[in-house]
Amino acid sequence: MEKGRQFHFSEWLQSLRTKLNQGKTPYIFSFLYLAVGTALVYLSPRSLLAFLLFISSALVIFGLRLETRYKVILAAIALLILVPIVGVRNIFYLEVIFQISVFAALALGLNIVVGFAGLLDMGYVAFYAVGAYTWAFFGSQQPFLLHEIPGTAPPGTPFFLPADAFYLFVFIGIAVAALTGILLGTPVLRLRGDYLAIVTLAFGEVIRVLANNLDKPLNLTNGPQGITPIQRPTLPEPLLNGIRVVLNPLVGHNVSEGDFYNLFFYLAALVVILVVILVARRLDDSRIGRAWTAIREDETAAIAMGIPLVRMKLAAFACGASFAGVMGVLFAASRTFVSPESFSFMQSIGVLTMVILGGIGSIPGVIVGAAVVTILNLQVLQGFSLYLSQLRQSDSVIPLINFAWKDLSTQLDPAKYQKMVFGLILVLMMIYRPAGLIPAARRKRELAKEEAKESSDDDDSGAGLEAEEVSHGAD
Amino acid sequence: MRRLLNAPILIEILRPLGQIIIFVAASGAALSVLILAIAFLLRGSAAGLMTIKNYGVDLFTYTLINLPQVLIDGVTIGFVYAAIALGYTMVYGVLEFINFAHSEIFAIGAFVGIETLIGLNNAGRLTGIPTWQAYAWLALAILFGMAVAGATAVTMERIAYRPLRGAPRLVPLISAIGVSFFLQDLIRLVESLTTGQFYRVFPTFGNFDERITIGNLPFGDTTIELGIQVKSLIVILAAVAMVVGLNYLVNATKLGKAIRSTAQDRTTASLMGINVNFVISMTFLVGGTLGGAAGLLYAMKFTRIDPFVGFFPGIKAFTAAVLGGIGNITGALLGGIVLGMLETFSGSYLNVFTMGAAGAEYKDILAFAILIIVLIFRPSGLLGEQVGQKA
Repeated sequence: MEKGRQFHFSEWLQSLRTKLNQGKTPYIFSFLYLAVGTALVYLSPRSLLAFLLFISSALVIFGLRLETRYKVILAAIALLILVPIVGVRNIFYLEVIFQISVFAALALGLNIVVGFAGLLDMGYVAFYAVGAYTWAFFGSQQPFLLHEIPGTAPPGTPFFLPADAFYLFVFIGIAVAALTGILLGTPVLRLRGDYLAIVTLAFGEVIRVLANNLDKPLNLTNGPQGITPIQRPTLPEPLLNGIRVVLNPLVGHNVSEGDFYNLFFYLAALVVILVVILVARRLDDSRIGRAWTAIREDETAAIAMGIPLVRMKLAAFACGASFAGVMGVLFAASRTFVSPESFSFMQSIGVLTMVILGGIGSIPGVIVGAAVVTILNLQVLQGFSLYLSQLRQSDSVIPLINFAWKDLSTQLDPAKYQKMVFGLILVLMMIYRPAGLIPAARRKRELAKEEAKESSDDDDSGAGLEAEEVSHGAD
Repeated sequence: MRRLLNAPILIEILRPLGQIIIFVAASGAALSVLILAIAFLLRGSAAGLMTIKNYGVDLFTYTLINLPQVLIDGVTIGFVYAAIALGYTMVYGVLEFINFAHSEIFAIGAFVGIETLIGLNNAGRLTGIPTWQAYAWLALAILFGMAVAGATAVTMERIAYRPLRGAPRLVPLISAIGVSFFLQDLIRLVESLTTGQFYRVFPTFGNFDERITIGNLPFGDTTIELGIQVKSLIVILAAVAMVVGLNYLVNATKLGKAIRSTAQDRTTASLMGINVNFVISMTFLVGGTLGGAAGLLYAMKFTRIDPFVGFFPGIKAFTAAVLGGIGNITGALLGGIVLGMLETFSGSYLNVFTMGAAGAEYKDILAFAILIIVLIFRPSGLLGEQVGQKA
């Protein structure tokens, strides 16, 4: 029943796509879409719809059949010119886009572990935390406060390292996180899939508990209060002034140093995403990538084929961890503050939700997943909360049942119910669309083959996160 | 008399009781010896000197004095873990699937039970009542909790797991995580809409908070009182009843036979005329009701609950189930007791042994470390038999 509806929808989408993909239409359409989106956001910086239109232009550019060169140019214009202008005009958008890029990078890293190698990692933010705390410790006054009680820094404590050591620590963060991945992976990667999930969950919690409690005997993490201030790399003043000349009139106000930092970290996150995409694509086509696929499909067969199982799994783990490590360093510097709260189990599941929603193993899918979940969190749910609270203040009444909005409990705040949304996404995706919004190419081929074959699987086959035809009950 | 003793019913009731006594005695003795040995070795160290300065006794004596109470507390918390672990182990035994949302079933049982009691309290039914009546109300609350938790578990299986049966094993696991998150916020939503706050406190009534003094240990010029709270006693007794009952259900009834055969081979079981879907629903029902009961016991022991109350006990109960050998009821019991004791031991002594550098806050880490170590060296657990990796 559901299958039929889904089929219908994709058919409609298909026909729309063929219609749009004729002749010069895609070029004109994508350009117009982007232009209209930008204009709307520029003119009404507070409208949520305009922002969604603007963001979705990325999807349009990606989805239409365009020359790659044209796609890249259009995407570059959007990301490097339009986003900064729109973002600095309404700093909240820059924050949203920055978060999308941070989570997209994290989700892409997790995608290597979960999507390529089929290892379900439920403590992924642990590596993010390791990266963040690495720079937080060395990029703040913390090394001088080892024997102080948290919160009692003597005034005038110098910073341990110069701010520009940040660039070095981007690489140190990669190394430390990868090392942590290997250290954790060596013992646990022999475990079967579902046990691995629980152990990584436990590891994530261990890291959080350690961050919470390592303020004694030596004050390494400053405990639950978190470390602050953390240095950010210095930006060259002449360059900033040069950019201001161009940017100020476009934005309509003087671009402050804080805005520049936001832009800087946004661009840095973009660079990381670019690197992750390149690495992931090259890896997927390489010997290692094929080994990962083999492991994901059937471990026993992979061993029989001579694939060094643990080493390949470790490689996937370390690879995913290192990307989380970089993002951690970036996160610590951009917020100038880290605390254990940012690295809860909730965050791990959030990143996992992005991967699963977008499509396990699919790079564009994962980015879309990250964007959808982040926008849902930051924009839609909060917008809805705001709308509800406005209704509550008004005198209006729901017509039929005579329910005054005023009586609505203030506890009913959609922004607080992210977990419910994540949970629903996970369950519904698993039941109806296990391959995600934009399935990976390989998965698509498999699904097509499967449908042609009409074969039913017996249970317990396939070790990975395969989106096989879900048979209704094994018996 | 002899015929009665040979009856399977009686054996199935007596066997787990015997196992419980052996497990408690053995793990308690082993851990006590271990901790006393450590204390003896550390006597002369800085930690030992600090104990003399702070408490006026040397480290070994300090450890010895505290030991009985630590053991009692450890057994209590161990039985709570065992009660929760039964649900994990039941479902895993039949479906080979970690029911991640079991911790929320547990929380639902706790909330329904507490709401029942709070309702009774607000109606004035809990003040000035004889003790037997207090117990009756408690039993009623537990029953309500069990009913709702069981119903939730069955519904959850029907909606979120059954369509995924036969899919690769990570698919239902992810679905279970989703259900767990969804239920957490659902509890919060319901609680905050109805009561405006999302933590609840177990009302004080009956004689549950009283302490029964077991004995006095003469020690120097003082005596150390040795006691157990009534509610801890109830927790232990209820958990024992749950283990015995489940053991009886699985090993001595027709449904139990169906459950066991479904666990062994689903296809063959269905060929033998067993309604596999019904049996799996029943498994979730039994696991859910046990989880719900464990939830209210937990709430009684620790007084205050919030919608996220299930998470840590859930993970630890899972650890206990794995430690004992997942899929094995006796194993869940053993794992729970060992884990509870280890946790209480570390919570009580770590602080003294490390001179305050690390304290009770590391007991969660300890549980996880045990989980990892067990999975590496003996993935089938202490009592589990070696099963081929079906993955």
